Amino acid sequence: MDGAAHSDSAQMPTAHFTAKLAIWWLIGSEIMIFGGLIGSFILFRLARPQWAEMAHHLSVPIGSFNTLILLTSSYTMVRAFVSSGRRDRTATCWNLLVTALLGLTFLCVKGYEYAGKFSHGYYPNAGLFWAFYFTMTGLHALHVLIGIIAILILFVFGLRDRLWPIASRVEFTGLYWHFVDVVWIFLFPLLYLTS
Amino acid sequence: MFNNLPQNISTYGADIDGILYLIYAIVGFFFVTMEGYLVYAVVRYRRREGVRAVYQTGETWREMRWVVGLVAVVVFLDFLIDFRGADTWAKVKQDFPSGDVEILVKAKQFAWTFVYPGADGQFDTKDDLTVPRILHVPVHRKIRLTLTSEDVIHSFCLPEVRLKQDILPGRRTPAWFEVTRTGTFSLVCAELCGLGHTKMLGVLEVHDDSGYERWLAETAKEMFE
Amino acid sequence: MTNDPHGPQKFIWKYILSTDHKMIAKQYLLTGLVMALVGAFTAYLMRWQLGYPNTNAPGWGLVTPDKFNMLVTMHGTIMVFFVGMPLLVAALSNFVIPLQIGARDMAFPRLNMLSYWIFVLSCVALLASFFVPGGAPAGGWTGYPPLSASEQYTGVHWGMVLWITALALEFASFTMGGINYLATFMCLRVPGMTYFRVPMATWFLIGASLAFFFSVGPLIAGAVMLLLDNVAGTGFYIPAQGGEPLLWQHLFWFFGHPEVYVIFLPAVGCVLEILPVFSRKPIFGYRAIVWSMGAALALSYIVWAHHMFISGMNPRLATPFSITTILISVPFAVIIFCMLASLRQGSIRLDTPMLWGLGFLATFLIGGLTGIFLGSASADIYLHDTYFVVAHFHYTFFPSVFFGGFAGIYFWYPKLFGRRYNETLGKIHFWMTFIFFNATFWPIFRVGAGGMLRRIADPTQYRILDQFKEMNSMISVAAFILILGQVPFVWNFFWSMFRGPAADANPWRAGTLEWLAPSPPPHGNWGPGLPTVYVGPYEYSRPDMADDFVPQYRPVGVLGGPAGQA
Ligand code: HEM
Ligand SMILES: [Cu+2]
Ligand SMILES: [Cu+2]
Repeated sequence: MDGAAHSDSAQMPTAHFTAKLAIWWLIGSEIMIFGGLIGSFILFRLARPQWAEMAHHLSVPIGSFNTLILLTSSYTMVRAFVSSGRRDRTATCWNLLVTALLGLTFLCVKGYEYAGKFSHGYYPNAGLFWAFYFTMTGLHALHVLIGIIAILILFVFGLRDRLWPIASRVEFTGLYWHFVDVVWIFLFPLLYLTS
Repeated sequence: MFNNLPQNISTYGADIDGILYLIYAIVGFFFVTMEGYLVYAVVRYRRREGVRAVYQTGETWREMRWVVGLVAVVVFLDFLIDFRGADTWAKVKQDFPSGDVEILVKAKQFAWTFVYPGADGQFDTKDDLTVPRILHVPVHRKIRLTLTSEDVIHSFCLPEVRLKQDILPGRRTPAWFEVTRTGTFSLVCAELCGLGHTKMLGVLEVHDDSGYERWLAETAKEMFE
Repeated sequence: MTNDPHGPQKFIWKYILSTDHKMIAKQYLLTGLVMALVGAFTAYLMRWQLGYPNTNAPGWGLVTPDKFNMLVTMHGTIMVFFVGMPLLVAALSNFVIPLQIGARDMAFPRLNMLSYWIFVLSCVALLASFFVPGGAPAGGWTGYPPLSASEQYTGVHWGMVLWITALALEFASFTMGGINYLATFMCLRVPGMTYFRVPMATWFLIGASLAFFFSVGPLIAGAVMLLLDNVAGTGFYIPAQGGEPLLWQHLFWFFGHPEVYVIFLPAVGCVLEILPVFSRKPIFGYRAIVWSMGAALALSYIVWAHHMFISGMNPRLATPFSITTILISVPFAVIIFCMLASLRQGSIRLDTPMLWGLGFLATFLIGGLTGIFLGSASADIYLHDTYFVVAHFHYTFFPSVFFGGFAGIYFWYPKLFGRRYNETLGKIHFWMTFIFFNATFWPIFRVGAGGMLRRIADPTQYRILDQFKEMNSMISVAAFILILGQVPFVWNFFWSMFRGPAADANPWRAGTLEWLAPSPPPHGNWGPGLPTVYVGPYEYSRPDMADDFVPQYRPVGVLGGPAGQA
């Protein structure tokens, strides 16, 4: 293993620290991407009061429900992290599974919302508000999907009891998952609550 | 470098050329001294037998003082350029005088069209004059332009007037100029706008007052008869 | 493991799917040089059309306006993103950073390999656009919408889609690369390698990665929007659908200005590495230079609108952006003055790397100084989009990519391949490039001041350009010789790789860590134990030592300046 050689220095940061740093850099770059998108949206939105009318077509109850789902999933992710710290395999796996299922629920609800919009003729090319809506939520949904896949991989590792050598991955995946959650916390009020 | 600028025919062109020459002088000074020093140092400090380099890290303020001094000069000159430039910029792009003549410029892939308000001085009326390709203006008059584009970004550029302004589709972009000389000059598109960009050429035709009136009258006659 | 450093390695693991940072560096180097050939070929075709309008270019045919627009676009894109980035950022970072800080490899070797292959994929996507129906993208390397946002304006659809895809892949690759370089730099420095003992090349490569990292995100978002405009019928940038073309320009240049530093900083780093070695003097003002780089980086995020003075944005923004732009001259003045001071009272030897380094200084200075014209909003009214701009950015890009890049390649050649290149050929290559680069681009300033606009497919259309007919032909001839002048390099590069005399570990008698490892360094770089660092990187000609340099790994006390202190 390439990293093994570094054991010849006690003063250098651990592999765990290095990897955590990398995750933070990754999140930093993602913040810049969503920041660019959200910033552009805000600038457009401020110049176009008439978009309030379109935001009306978005269902606040469904959006709130989805927010709740994601927040709960962040909580179960934290539980998974805590359990993995205690080396409690069953609890870790359960919490990972629940997190992934909550994420899937989020995607299903999102899909249901999309279907509703399509049936009313609101496609991405039906005006700039809808273009932003589908781009921002679509990009976010893509991140949720990636998160779910990562979590499910950890879950399978856990079932096979291969989780412990890489327990810190639960932590890293958790960091990413919280980030995805936070993005939604920005998107939800911007899109749904500005009518 | 700037001795081959196209002739200047506008009231503010001399200001812009002035900035160019000011910067040229400043930059030219640094160019000569720094390139000169580079060559000097390479020749003067070539490796010679028995001569050792001097160990000098430049980590103390004492050693850095001449760098700091030079940088102070750079800062001063920077602001000189900025302030001189700001006035000229404001004159050309910010403080629009009220125009003697108003013209609507329509750009599209790959042609220019100019609309004159006609006798009533109002746009969007029946007596508007629509002229392709050639922009006719009177000399010594303030010309106010409204630039519009139908499709992509074009750039309205009169090199001899020292005017350049991109035209964004979906917006009305203002511009102005005043010409000091009659004659025929170039009008080009300065922003890549597609296949025919190179051929998106027009003409600036500057008349004296009576010539302009005559042209207006003739064009109106042609159009409405 | 399959690529166990001690076991015999299969070809595929050693050369293709290698995770060794040095092999990946060579992969990037070769890919970049191959792309440079494509870039040079496009330059040749454009220069032919400009020098000998509407005649058949030998080896290709007539360069019609549609072809010309594609060539301009591909040339700019290739040279900046597919030559500058892989050569200066990826190849150098991969090779130099781990060796200079004493690491055995990157922090994440497999991620490193993945970055490279994603980059290859993006090269393929870009080059494929030459062959799809409709042809290559034709919106300029800046891709301003609405022109680039819809097929109806250019007749190019798939080319445009591939262009955006290629850029997206490249950004993904370099973001992953950037994470790797930054993590390596922050976590894998050997004991004693404090931040102020890190060699300049590493510092500037890290600066480049930072510049890239914090500017590319918004453009990725912008590129997603542009892609959707092209394929999904959205209208983010199309006014007829409520969109805003200027949004792209802001996003593009918010990235674009730092991006030019991404290419320029590694070149400065190489030259700063080379100056002390060949003048046997410490670099003058190590700390001042590092802080100046930081200041320039910070400033680079608040200057972007200087590309948009006449774009139709609010004219009141012009003066503030003029001020920030011209202020950037301050940190760069510090760096250049320090570089010149590093020569003073030195003991200078003009080996090939030093020639390229000095050539970089001499030419880049012109690029930097002419930038002041364009940073002044009022001067830009006249100069914007003329050949003056073309000359300016070639005087910044070309010195960075090729003078800085070749300085680095020749300097580290013995370490890269374990063999010496041929000095004579190296010097011929330098003088050919230096003379004909200037012969090509210096007259372009004059042509630009005379009113020739950039991106024009046919200069014969313009009356004011008749006077430049001969000059344009001369420029073209110089450009062709410049391109041919690279042949000695190609020969030298490949011939010496196999036939050059063997190089020892430290042929330049330099003090940084990479010269401690054998040439070429084995997988894992150092023997059983890591080196330890005791002094700063540029302890040349110390008065208390008989030898004229102290390597970083030699346990000696510190003398004088804080460059040697922790
Ligand atoms: C072999 C030497 C080179 C020659 C002869 C050359 C020539 C040209 C020419 C003729 C143009 C088109 C100018 C126009 O019509 O507007 C151009 C544009 C450009 N070149 Fe080069 N070039 C060279 C090297 C480079 C290098 C090394 C870089 C950067 C790393 C570079 C970056 C660009 C860019 C960004 C553009 C603008 C493209 C656009 O307008 O969209 N070039 N070059
Ligand atoms: Cu055009
Ligand atoms: Cu810039």
